[in-house]
Amino acid sequence: MYILSSTTNASNFVTGVDKAFMIIMGISFVFLIGLTFTMLYFIYKYNRKKNPVATQIEGSTKLEIIWTVIPTILVLVMFYYGWAGWAPMRNAPKDSFNIQVTGRMWNYTFQYENGKTTDTLFVPMNKAVKLKLISMDVIHGFFIPAFRIKEDVVPGREKSAWFIAQREGLFELFCSEYCGLDHSYMYTYVKVMPEQKFKAWYVDTTKHVDVAAVESPTANGKRIMKNIGCFACHTVDGNKLVGPSFKGIYGHKVTVTTGGNDREVTVDDEYIKKSIYDPNADVVKGYNKGLMQPYVGQLSEDDIKQITEYLKTLK
Amino acid sequence: MQTAAQIPHDVSYLDYKGKYKGIFAWIFSTDHKRIALLYMFSMMTLFLVGVALGLAMKLELIAPGRTIMGPQSYNAVFTVHGVIMIFMIVIPGLPAVFGNFMLPIMIGAKDVAFPKLNLLSWYIYVLGALLVIASVLFGNGIPDTGWTFYAPYSFKTGTNLLPAIFGAFVLGFSSILTGLNFIVTIHRMRAPGMTWFKMPLFPWSLYGTAWIQLLATPVVGITLVLVSLERIFGIGVFDPTLGGDPVLYQHLFWIYSHPAVYVMILPAMGAISEIIPTFSQKHIFGYKAIIASTLAIAFVGYFVWGHHMFTSGMSGTAQYTFSILTFIVAIPSAIKVFNWISTMHKGSINPDIPFLWAVTFIFVFMIGGFSGLVLGALATNVYVHDTAFVVAHFHFIVFGGVGFAFFGAIHYWYPKMFGRMYDKAWAKMGWAFFTVGFLTLYSPMFYLGMMGMPRRYYDYLPEFHAANILSSLGSWVMAFGLVIVIINLFRSAKNGPIAPMDPWHGKTLEWTVPSPPPVENFDEIPVYGEKDGPYNY
Repeated sequence: MYILSSTTNASNFVTGVDKAFMIIMGISFVFLIGLTFTMLYFIYKYNRKKNPVATQIEGSTKLEIIWTVIPTILVLVMFYYGWAGWAPMRNAPKDSFNIQVTGRMWNYTFQYENGKTTDTLFVPMNKAVKLKLISMDVIHGFFIPAFRIKEDVVPGREKSAWFIAQREGLFELFCSEYCGLDHSYMYTYVKVMPEQKFKAWYVDTTKHVDVAAVESPTANGKRIMKNIGCFACHTVDGNKLVGPSFKGIYGHKVTVTTGGNDREVTVDDEYIKKSIYDPNADVVKGYNKGLMQPYVGQLSEDDIKQITEYLKTLK
Repeated sequence: MQTAAQIPHDVSYLDYKGKYKGIFAWIFSTDHKRIALLYMFSMMTLFLVGVALGLAMKLELIAPGRTIMGPQSYNAVFTVHGVIMIFMIVIPGLPAVFGNFMLPIMIGAKDVAFPKLNLLSWYIYVLGALLVIASVLFGNGIPDTGWTFYAPYSFKTGTNLLPAIFGAFVLGFSSILTGLNFIVTIHRMRAPGMTWFKMPLFPWSLYGTAWIQLLATPVVGITLVLVSLERIFGIGVFDPTLGGDPVLYQHLFWIYSHPAVYVMILPAMGAISEIIPTFSQKHIFGYKAIIASTLAIAFVGYFVWGHHMFTSGMSGTAQYTFSILTFIVAIPSAIKVFNWISTMHKGSINPDIPFLWAVTFIFVFMIGGFSGLVLGALATNVYVHDTAFVVAHFHFIVFGGVGFAFFGAIHYWYPKMFGRMYDKAWAKMGWAFFTVGFLTLYSPMFYLGMMGMPRRYYDYLPEFHAANILSSLGSWVMAFGLVIVIINLFRSAKNGPIAPMDPWHGKTLEWTVPSPPPVENFDEIPVYGEKDGPYNY
C-alpha cells in the first residue's frame, strides 16, 4: 500500500522526496557495483599465482585530487535534491485546514476546530491540512509513510506538520519515536476523502463520530474512552497493563497511595472524576505514579458522566 | 615493578611466570599484551550475551504478534542489546584489544606510557559492565529506554535504569583513560627514527580515535549525570513539565555519540589499512592521504551530530548546515576506500583469511556508507528516520564495519598473539557463513525501512512479514558462522600448528619479534633508518 512506487503522489511531498531517493540511490548503486567489480577484478588479475611480484606504487597526487573532487561534487548534488525535497515541508500555507494532533502513550487523537474528536485522522483531499502536534507525556513520532512526512511530537514544544493529500484512501499512520510498552501498537490511519464527502462528515453535529456506530446508551462512554486512548493502558477484561483494569471496578473498594500513605477508597462518581482530572493524587497500590497525565480540558464533566455510565456496566 | 634485568628476554608473555600465580598473573599484570587479552575475553563473553539477545529479537520478529516474549521483555532486550554492544563492545573494541596489544610493538616500544593506568582502565571497564548487568538482575524491571536513554521517557519509566546509566558513565572513564594513554604513548615512545610519517596506519588511526575518546566522552558523562539527577531529584533540565527541554538531551547525547561512531570505525579502518598492503605485498597507496582522511574524519565528525535530529525540532538553518556537513564527512571515508582498492592494483595478492575479511569489510562498509548518504540528505532522512532503514544502516557500519574489521584483525594478528595458526579451512567456512548470514539478516531491513516500518517495533503489520522472515533466517546463518569462527580460534590457541615469526611477510615492526612476543617485546629498541618504512616491500 505504501511502497515507494505504488503511492505515487499520495501527497504533495512524494515527488520531491522520491526524486532525492532515486538520485542518491542511483549514484550509490553505480559506485557500489563499479567499485566492487574493480576490487574483484584486481583480486583475480593480481592473484599471487599469476603475479608473483608486486609493482610498488606509493600513490598519485593526481588521482587523490580526482577522487576527492568528483565525490564532493556528487554529494553536493545529493545535498541539493535532499534540500529541495524537504524545504516545502517547512511552511504551511496560511489558509490551511487546522487539526490538532495529541499524542500520548499509546495513541493519537485528532481534534477538529468544530470540536469533533476522533482516533482516525480524517482529511479532505486536495486541500492543505496543517497539524498542530502536541504530546501529553513523552516524545512520539508522527509518521505517515505514504505522505513522506515525519515529525517528532515533543512535550513542552508546539510543533507542526502539513501536507496536501492527493489520493483518496486509507493510509497508515505510525508512531516512529520509541515511547515505551505499546509503542508498536501506537498506529492508526489517515482517511482521505473528496472535499464534498469530507464536508458532509465534518458538519455532522454528533460530537464524537468515528468509524464505529452508536449501539447502546453506554456506547457513548465507550467511544469517548476509545477516542481519548484509555484502553492503551487499562483493560476491561481484568488483565493488568500499565494501569489497573476497569473490570468490576465501580462500587468496589481499592487501596490507593495518597502522598505516601495508603488508604482505602470506594470507586464512585467523585473518585472517577478525580482519577481523570488529577490521576497522580491517588495512585492505586502496585502501579507507578506519573504515567498518566491529567485530562483537564480534554474531557468535559459530561464526558466523564458518560464514561462512568459505561464503567458501571463492566461487571 | 621488576627491572628489565630480572625479566628473561626469551620467555613469551604467555609463559612468563611473575610474582603472581594463576588468574592473578593476568588480572594483576600491567603487560599491555595480557591486558589486551583480558579485554578480549571480557568482551567476547559480553558479545555472546549481546548476540543471544539479538537472536531472541529476530526470533520474536519472525511473525507478527507474540512469538516468544511480550512487549515489555522485547523492549528490555533491545535496550540491553544496544547498551552492551555499543558501550562495551564496539566503542572499546579494536583500541582496547588490538590497540593495547599492537600499538607499543608497532611503534617499537616496550609498553604503553602508563601500564598501571592501562590495567586500571580494564578494572573500570569491568566495573561499568557489572553495573549494567546489575540493572538487569536486580530492582524492579529491566531498563526499557533503548540505548539512547531519550528524555523524558528515561525518567518516566519505572524500570531500574539508574545502574545502567551509571554503568555507561563509568565505562566512559575507561575509554578516556585508554585514549589518554595512547596519545602519550604515540607522542613519546616511538622508536628512534620513526617520525610521524613513518608510523604505520593502525597507530595513526588509534591516534585520531584517542583524541575523540578524550574530548567527546566527557560530554556524554555529564549528560548521563544530568539524566540521573533528573530522575532522582527532578532538577528540570530535560523535563518539560519542570521547564526543561527534552531536545537539549538529544543534542548533548549526540554531541558524544556521533563522534563515538568514529571511535568505533577509525581503528577498524586502521586495521584494514594494515591487512590490505600485507596481503598485496605492496606499499599502501596514498599513505598521507589516508592519514589526512583519518584526521579529517576525527575533526569533522564533531560537527555532524544534528543529522540524528532532523525531525526533533531544529531551525531550518541548523538542519541544512548539519546535512551539508554530513555529506562532507563522507568524503574522507570514500578516499580511504579508493586508496585501499588502488593498493590491490598491480599487487601480488594472497587471498588468505584476513584478506577475505578485509575485502568483505570494504564491501559492507560501502553499503553502510552509501545508505548513510540517504540519511544525510534532508528529504530522504525525514522519511527513513526512526525506521528499520536506520537499523540496517548502523548495523552495516558498526557491526559490518567494526565486526568484519575485528575478525580480519584477529585472523591477521592471531599467529603473533598466540604463536599458533588456526585451521584455515574452518576459518574460511566460518567467514562464508557469517558473510552470507550477515547480508541476509540486515539487507531486508533496508527494504522494510523504505516501506515505512518504524524501528523498535515489537509487533508489525502483516505487510512487513516476508522481509522479517528472511531477516530472521539470516540471523541463524550468521550465528552459525560466528560459532565456527570462535570455536576454531579457541581450539587453535592450544592445538594449532606453531606459527613462524612472520607468517604473512608483513613489514611493520610486530613481525620482527618472536610469536608470541617476549614480555618486553624487544631485546633492543629498534631504530628506524632513512630508508625504513612500514610498507617498504
